[in-house]
Amino acid sequence: MIWDFIQNQIMGMKWLASLISSALTAIGVDVSSRWGGSLQFFIFDTLKICLLLCILIFIISYIQSYFPPERSKKILGHFKGIWANCIAALLGTVTPFCSCSSIPLFIGFTSAGLPIGVTFSFLISSPMVDLGSLVLLMSIFGAKVAVIYVALGLIIAVLGGTLIEKLHMEKYVESFIFSSGKTDLQAPSLSQKDRLVYAKDQMLGTLRKVLPYILIGVGIGAVIHNWIPADWVESVLGQNNPFGVVLAVLIGIPMYADIFGTIPVAEALLAKGALLGVVLSFMMAVTTLSLPSLVMLRKAVKPKLLALFIGICTAGIIAVGYLFNAIQKFII
Amino acid sequence: MSEKTRIKILGGGCSRCKALEASVQKALASLGIDEKIDHVTDYSQIAAYGVMETPALVIDEKVVSYGKVLKPAEVEKILKSIS
Repeated sequence: MIWDFIQNQIMGMKWLASLISSALTAIGVDVSSRWGGSLQFFIFDTLKICLLLCILIFIISYIQSYFPPERSKKILGHFKGIWANCIAALLGTVTPFCSCSSIPLFIGFTSAGLPIGVTFSFLISSPMVDLGSLVLLMSIFGAKVAVIYVALGLIIAVLGGTLIEKLHMEKYVESFIFSSGKTDLQAPSLSQKDRLVYAKDQMLGTLRKVLPYILIGVGIGAVIHNWIPADWVESVLGQNNPFGVVLAVLIGIPMYADIFGTIPVAEALLAKGALLGVVLSFMMAVTTLSLPSLVMLRKAVKPKLLALFIGICTAGIIAVGYLFNAIQKFII
Repeated sequence: MSEKTRIKILGGGCSRCKALEASVQKALASLGIDEKIDHVTDYSQIAAYGVMETPALVIDEKVVSYGKVLKPAEVEKILKSIS
């Protein structure tokens, strides 16, 4: 009972949907018509995602202020072997990360003596799964899907990092990464107020940065929702196409968007009969691999290791997609 | 790159790095200090400072802030405490 209430009203924001429907009806818009339905979807999803984003980023940034990369580096130094990979994958979910920081972070980890496999576990998990995606997925697809998504993302990160370690890819890391000095900066001590200010700044900064992606994503979602025939979606991304997952991943990889922008598209496609694994692997592909982040990573590693990294992520995401397709009827 | 430049910004040229540079410029202007700002974009040099999060602010070869975009007032405070 209580869980249903949380799921529908707090996470799913059903109250907001009915509020918008009544408001639109009051000004004479027929929400059951195509245009009215598109408008309803657009307004509801934009508001819902922005609201979730603000609350989430604020809370997450506050937690993240306790885990600056320097601290993650120190924590990781205490672990060995596959445990280090597991902890790296977990820390990847809570450490603030932006692709423009990936190289200094790489250098910092490496110069602290961490194996490159551990660094890669971190680099895979950091964009792929974070606390935000967990809550957002819960809101749209339910708790089971969200927890399995995050667990699988962590498994890809641990296995990927371990594989890179076992293949001895160190020689494919650009030499300047190893030659740089080993300087330890003291993480600044923050007061409660500093953390709250940091969280607020992160929230506003993120909102400003991803708002265009949200609007584009919701716009595409609204079009899919009301204008694209369900049998089209079903034949390309549904049960009738065994290669739907592969197609979704290949389209998603070069795209650069935030999980907040991809979610409305995923939601609309699912409602139109696309398979769960297809939409989730699309989301994973979009957030984990993108052209800008690969261009950045190329500066730190040689083409062979970059190709291996892309290969591991792609294979992992495709496997996750098929797994979700297989278990879809048990979890939603 | 001249060794004489006292103020350096470390960062790969992302929008946050440019925002930090703008803050520093504002702070310098309001304090009436005439200093040049260097923008270090080379990653091996950035790493030499031990910075793991960009953008970072370096004054007299010391990292005074990293991983965040300082506001002009915060930069002023740092500049005052140094001089």
